Amino acid sequence: MEDGDQVIKKFMYMNRKAPYGTIYAWESLEVVLIAAAFDQDISLVFADDGVYQLMKDQNTEEVGMKNFSKTYSALGDYDIKKIYIEQESLEERGLSLEDLQDLKYEDEDDDWAEKDSIILVSRAELAKVIDEQDVVFSF
Amino acid sequence: MKYGILVNEGPYTHQASDSALAFTKAALEKGHEIFRVFFYHDGVNNGTSLAIPPQDDRHIPNQWSELAKEHNIDLVLCVAAAQRRGLLDESEAKRNSKAASNMIEGFRISGLGQLIEAGIQGDRMVVFGD
Repeated sequence: MEDGDQVIKKFMYMNRKAPYGTIYAWESLEVVLIAAAFDQDISLVFADDGVYQLMKDQNTEEVGMKNFSKTYSALGDYDIKKIYIEQESLEERGLSLEDLQDLKYEDEDDDWAEKDSIILVSRAELAKVIDEQDVVFSF
Repeated sequence: MKYGILVNEGPYTHQASDSALAFTKAALEKGHEIFRVFFYHDGVNNGTSLAIPPQDDRHIPNQWSELAKEHNIDLVLCVAAAQRRGLLDESEAKRNSKAASNMIEGFRISGLGQLIEAGIQGDRMVVFGD
């Protein structure tokens, strides 16, 4: 946890709600973008209706809300490399990873090779990852 | 133990602020330290000075305000969430040319960095919301 004088904690941002019915998804993303500046060990989780946040080809024209879905593809540039998707949440909604955006980051330790940020985990595996965190924000 | 608290819901509609108040009071009574209470989403409405609940009901914003006065705890409204929902302190009102401010004493307005800092500095972060 200690890296010189700098404390590095494991922060998890858990997204469990659909993107446009409420403001939680959008304001959660605002927290994550600010948090990225603090050099902490960040993980994002998309579970329950939260998996809808990453759906491809979102169009909000008819509902008059800002389509912020493209912002997720910028997370790699913010050095956010661990994005956990809960498998059961996808299955329960008839979805698969094919339906979601393909999120990548560039690995500075591997000649900036492009790598997948998305980690598909079972509900039981996710429980273990949550257990390893220092701080869990749920939105 | 040093606690950070996050309140994500407004008063009355959700129980989250009542639970957060009860938790904060209990923690203080047990001798723990509250590093900061951060209010986000509709939680910023906990900081309004304009609420007039019926007399036989609890006054949630007043309870926060009194708690802050009594224990000198740091109550912070997220500036972006507060601006969206029309919660302004005097300097925000002036800066944005608004007719009035409506933040109750004991709160202050600041950025999301204050939430992350509470996560880093606290031993535990407790989130109250749905």
